[in-house]
Parts: sequence; structure tokens; C-alpha cells
Amino acid sequence: MENQLITSTQQAVDPVFTFLFGACLVLLLGITATMVYFVVRYRRSKNPEPTSQVSGSPLLEVVWTVLPTILVMGMFYYGWTSYLSLRTVPKNAMQVKAEARMWSWNFVYDNGKQSGKLYVPVGRAVQVNLESKDVVHGFYVPAFKIKRDVVPGMKNHVWFVATSPGTYDLFCSQYCGTGHSAMITTVEALPPAQFAAWLQQTAAGGAAQGQALLEKYGCLGCHSLDGTRKVGPTFKGLYGSKVKVEREKKEETVTADDAYLRESILNPAAAIVDDYPAVMPPSTMPEADLKAVIEYLKGLK
Amino acid sequence: MSQDTAMAQGGFWRDTGRSGIGSWIFSTDHKRIGMMYLYCVLSFFLVGVVLGFLIRLELIAPGPTIVTAQTYNALFTVHGVVMIFLFIIPGIPASFGNLVLPIQLGARDVAFPRVNLLSWWLYAIGAVIVLVSLFTGGGAPDTGWTFYVPFSARTSTNVSLAVFGVFVLGFSSILTGINFITTIHRMRAPGMTWTRLPLFTWSLYATAWVQVLATPIIAITLLLVVTERILGLGLFDPNRGGDPVMYQHMFWIYSHPAVYIMILPGMGVISDIIPVFSRKPIFGYKMIAFSSLAIAAAGSAVWGHHMYTSGMSDLGVLVFSFLTFIVAIPSAIKVFNWVSTMYKGSISLEAPMLFALSFILLFSIGGLSGLILGAAATDIHVHDTHFVVGHFHYVMFGGTGFAFFAAAHYWLPKYYGRRYKEKPAIFGWILMFVGFNVMYFTMQVLGMEGMPRRYYDYLPEFARLNFVATVGSWILVAGIVIVVWNLWRGLFRGEPFTGNPWGGATLEWSIATPPPTENFDEDPVVTHGPYEFKGAGIP
Repeated sequence: MENQLITSTQQAVDPVFTFLFGACLVLLLGITATMVYFVVRYRRSKNPEPTSQVSGSPLLEVVWTVLPTILVMGMFYYGWTSYLSLRTVPKNAMQVKAEARMWSWNFVYDNGKQSGKLYVPVGRAVQVNLESKDVVHGFYVPAFKIKRDVVPGMKNHVWFVATSPGTYDLFCSQYCGTGHSAMITTVEALPPAQFAAWLQQTAAGGAAQGQALLEKYGCLGCHSLDGTRKVGPTFKGLYGSKVKVEREKKEETVTADDAYLRESILNPAAAIVDDYPAVMPPSTMPEADLKAVIEYLKGLK
Repeated sequence: MSQDTAMAQGGFWRDTGRSGIGSWIFSTDHKRIGMMYLYCVLSFFLVGVVLGFLIRLELIAPGPTIVTAQTYNALFTVHGVVMIFLFIIPGIPASFGNLVLPIQLGARDVAFPRVNLLSWWLYAIGAVIVLVSLFTGGGAPDTGWTFYVPFSARTSTNVSLAVFGVFVLGFSSILTGINFITTIHRMRAPGMTWTRLPLFTWSLYATAWVQVLATPIIAITLLLVVTERILGLGLFDPNRGGDPVMYQHMFWIYSHPAVYIMILPGMGVISDIIPVFSRKPIFGYKMIAFSSLAIAAAGSAVWGHHMYTSGMSDLGVLVFSFLTFIVAIPSAIKVFNWVSTMYKGSISLEAPMLFALSFILLFSIGGLSGLILGAAATDIHVHDTHFVVGHFHYVMFGGTGFAFFAAAHYWLPKYYGRRYKEKPAIFGWILMFVGFNVMYFTMQVLGMEGMPRRYYDYLPEFARLNFVATVGSWILVAGIVIVVWNLWRGLFRGEPFTGNPWGGATLEWSIATPPPTENFDEDPVVTHGPYEFKGAGIP
């Protein structure tokens, strides 16, 4: 299988870590051992007067300037060449677009399919094209040792290959506000056949469509569907409930009806729910999607 | 500070035309100004410690623990701003630099005493503005101390005022730098040649150049952020043709050299202490002095290593990675020379020396982990994780912070005429050293495992190590409390401290304790180097 020929990103980086940590450990142990030896050997109780007044050695200075220079140049070169393999995307890599917004991820595939999790086939290189809808985010998958900032207005990309099936954490690494630590999802690496089947599935209408929309617009980064408290209030049981809000610096209690939900989505700063931060960005959802989302929320008892 | 105690001490504590608070806040005496800085930076350090303690407490377990996400974000932002702009940058240069530098040169004061007082006032005003920003407007800033755009241009918190406060603080730093450079060039006593300058003063000289040359850049950058927020200029906002990465460049052009403003004076402190407690001349004086200048120069051209993942060109990554490794060389030279100074010496493990030796170890760990971050391939994984948080605390706190306490135990008895108790100082040091490593080494491991920084909440797989790090913070804080309390009590009520008990050969050890207002009764003539202990008239 040609896929086996691709060196994965973590395979490119791991030996550099081993080399650097090894060299650092040797240096650190050397310095520490020498210090401890001197302190013990030349302690004042044993050595009341210094037995030398030597104040330098040109030879030693040359030695400990030249040797570290060679060592760090080696580190630099090794680090650089491996970095290049992180930047060189294999040919025929699958393309996926990642949309980052405060505070969720949405992945768009070539056939138009969208997902909040990054599904990929095992053994095939994937190039993720990064796009930010608002501030700077960071695309970080520790398992693959890759990271790239998602900068608004800038074309950045990153690539990786999952060598075995599984679920891998995907974090936002660049601080982006209140929900930064909640801006996490997963890479789901599936066997190729299973992935192909997943890619062809189309979202059914009704509830599945409503949930897909919430995922697409990044609502679920801050609002849960199961009653869990996240950055914003949960959607579960929201419709028809009484909500305490602050509107124009005045407290009031409103019923979460269609008009309230519409306002909260299009102009969230107008009324802020008590105990929650005023951080939600206004949405530019088209009218049809807005209606579908409100219909879906009605059903979430 | 208690007037009675101060009056009893004599020296510069007493001789003054004014009385009361006016004798301090309008004084142009470098020692009084140094003392005012010392009290300010130490207070802000303790504020920063409390904030850091709360950050660690929140992270003791996954999920919300003691504060909300918004409060947590404000906590680490304010911790960073307070520790960096109000403690570390002015920390050693403005406090111990003012106290010690003119005396080490054989001068009666700095070159521009009134400008020196203006620096302190600007520092105080800047600090007040930063503090006001925490409690007014939209609340404490939540951007991180890096103020990255576009987030910092959008957030409703009080970023504009905080940034303006930092802008004012910058001028304090620039003026101190100009003052020190001029003082070192023009105010040296007869016989104080450049190769007889104590290495602490050499380090302040290198630092001052960075302060003068780099600080204006952050002043401009921060002003641009304020105009972006207030006037909506669109310099950094991509929707208006701006470039967020340009902001990152401008921010780090200052903020990386600022790292050397923070660490170089600490290295100077260590270079002065190790020879005294080993009774041996410093090994490789010229190499240590030169390496300070080399670090200051090369360190000004490595800012891009904060931005390997930003989308900067690969050529940029190549150049900045290369230059970063170049900076490692003079740092390594310093470490080798410090260690060699102890060879065949007569080593006394008193409090200043213990802090100095732990500096070498902690700074080495910080510096070596910096190599992992400097190499392009490995940085990609650990960038923006707890590895970085651990790394810079090893350098900034294990380095500069421990050097600050080394300096406090070394010089403050000279200035107060009273001394701290040795045993609590050593006990406190042990706790600080142990707690420090438990906390920050664990953070580096967390970073290797992939835990990003600035995370309010984290996945269960990180829980165990976060708990360990939080326990480390308790040990560390206990050590700090003991050390500060012991210093405080000793300096005001401790045993009298006279003469030159450690046998220092630099000029500050040749004058009365506490130093008189005019420092020297008659202008000194320097006849020997700063570390020539034999024949220097030392008992």
C-alpha cells in the first residue's frame, strides 16, 4: 500500500525530541555534578583558605565556546530539517477546511459535508486548510505533534497522517477568550472504507438537521444540549422557560419564546442572562437556518 | 516603614533636609529612590504571587473550582502584567541597581538625580493606572499579557487603560536606562577602569542599552492598539486590510529583548556573589562582561521564535531559529565561568550563596528547555503549552526571582545596618527550591503531554499532574512567606550588621554601614579589581 510510505509528522519530530532531551540531560547532569562536587570538596570547613587564585583560562574559554557552538548548531540543523517535513505536504493529500470561531471548530469536506469532529481516513495524508471567522486560534493535535495558528485573513495550513484508527484530542492552542479551554474537539481516524461511508452519509431532515446547524454555526462550543453548564446557558429545556436577564442595565424576567431566541441569536448583547458573561458574538445566520434552529430548540425538552 | 527604626540606623536613613513622606517621594538620593522601588516591586511581587497561587488553585482539578472562566482569564492576564511590568522589569535594575550601582562606581549619585526621581514617579503613576484599569470600565483585562489582536481590539474589558499604564511604565524604564548608561560612562571614580567595573554594574550597562533601544517599540505598538480600539484604524484588523501577525512582530520586537532586561541584572548579581562566597576572583571576568553585551545584542534579533506557528514564512523560522541558538552560547559561557569560579575556592553556603547556586541550576534547566523551544520541529509541539509556562518561569522566577532574593540577602543588611536570621533564611530557601521544582517541572511534563496554556478547564488525563503542580505551589508560597517575613523582621529588628563580614572587594563594602547620604567621605581612588580579595584590605 503506497500509504505506508508516508512518514507521519510524529515520526519526523520524535527523534529530534530524543536527541535534544538527551543532550540537555547530559549537560544538566554535568553542570550539577560539578557544582555539587566543588561545594563539597571546597567547603569552607574543609578548605578554610582558597588554594588557588586563578582568574581565567583562555584555553578553557575557547573549549567551552567552541564545543557548545558545535552542539547547538547541530540542534538547530536537526530541528530545522525535521520542521521542513512538517511543512512539506505529501502529494494527493486529502483536503479539509477547518473553520475556527469563538469557541468551536467546524470541518468542511470537498463534497460539502460538515462536521464538528475531524473525521479522517487512516493512512492517508490530510491537509487541513485553516480559516478563522474572528480572532486568532490555534489548531493543535498533540498526538501528531502538529500545531498552526488560525489567523483571520491569512491562509495557513497543516498536515498529518493518522497511522492507526482511534480518537485523538484536538485543542485550540492560541488564547481566544472566555471559552478558549472549551474549544476542543477530536480527530476521529477511521479505516478507509468506513471513512468513505461516513463521507457519503447525508444529514437527514428534522432533529438531525437542527443539530447539524448548531454544530455548523459553532453554537455547541458554549451551549450544551444535555443540561451541562458551559460558557453559555444550556439549550435543554430553554424554550418556554423563564429567564432572568439584564437589559440596558435593568433586571427583568422574560419568557424564552421565538422572539427572545431570535434576538439572542442575532443581537446577543441586547439581553444578558444573569451569571453568564457578555461574550457571544452576533450571528449572521440566514433566515431559513434561523427558523430551523428555533424549531429544533422547541423540541429540546 | 517605621520611622523610629529608620532613625536609629543613621546613614542615608537620617541625613535629609525634609522629614516624613516628603523626604522619600521628593528625594533625589539614589538610595532612597532605590528603597522606594524596592518596596514597590516587592509589594507587586507579593500581589503577583497571590494571583499565581489562585491560578494554580483553580487548576487543582478539572472543571470549575474556585472562579469562573472569565475571572480565571483576568487572573492570568493580571498575574502576567503585574509580574512582568511591575516586578521583574524594574525589579533588580531599578531597586538594587539604584541602591548599588553609583557606590560600585565610586560616585555620589547617578548622573541625573532628578530624572531618576522622575523615573520613579512615572513608575508609580503607571502602576496606579494599571491598578485602576482592573476595577473600572469593563473589568480587568482578559487578553493575556501579550494583548494579541484582534482579540484585544474586540474584548469589552478595560484593555485601553491597562495598555496606557504599561505605556507610561515604559518611559520610566527608558529614563532609568539613559541614567545608568550616562552614570557608568561619566561618573566612574579615578582608577575605576572598564575592566575594574563590578560585573553587576556591567550587566546593568548591557541591560540599560536594551531598555533605551527596545522600549520605544512597545510604546508605539501599545499606542497603536489603543488607537485601534478607540478610533478603529484597522491596522491589525484583517477585515479592514490590517495584519494581526504584524502586531505579533511589533510586540515581540520589544518583549523578547525585555526578557534580557529581566535576566541580565540577575546574572550580574550572581557574578558578584559567587566570588565573594568562594573567596576567589571571578573566573573569566572579560568573557562574562562581554557575554552580557553579546546576549543584549543577539537577543534583540530573536523575537520571531515566539511565532513559529503564527504563519510567518519558513525562511523567517529558519533565521530566527538559527539566531536563537546563537544566544544560547554566551549564556552557556556564563554558567561554565560561574561554576569554575568555585574551583579550589573556600566556599561558604550562606543564604546569598544558596540563592545564587540555585539560580545556576534553575537557570540551566530553563535555558536547556529553551533549546527545545528554539529548535523549529520540537517547538511546534510544545509551543503555547504548559511546557512554555514551565520554561519561562524557570528562567524568570528560578533565574531573576532567585537572583532578586540573593541580592536581598546579600546587600540589604548593608543598607539597613541590621541582618536577618540565617536559619529561617535557609529553611525558606529549601522550601522555595523544592516547591519551585515540583510545580514548574511538572508543568513542563504537562506541556510535553499536550496540555495547552491559558486553559481554565482541562481533560481528565491531565488531572494528576495538575494536582501535583498545585501542591508544589503551596510549598513554594510557604517558602516565600518565610523568606520575606525573615527579611522584614531581621532588617528592622535583627542583630546589627557592620563592616564587611563576607569580605566583598567592591566599593560598597568599603564605606560606612548604612551608607551615608553622600556615599563617600572623600572621593575614592580605585587601585584593584572588583574580585581581588588578597591585598584588598579585607579582614
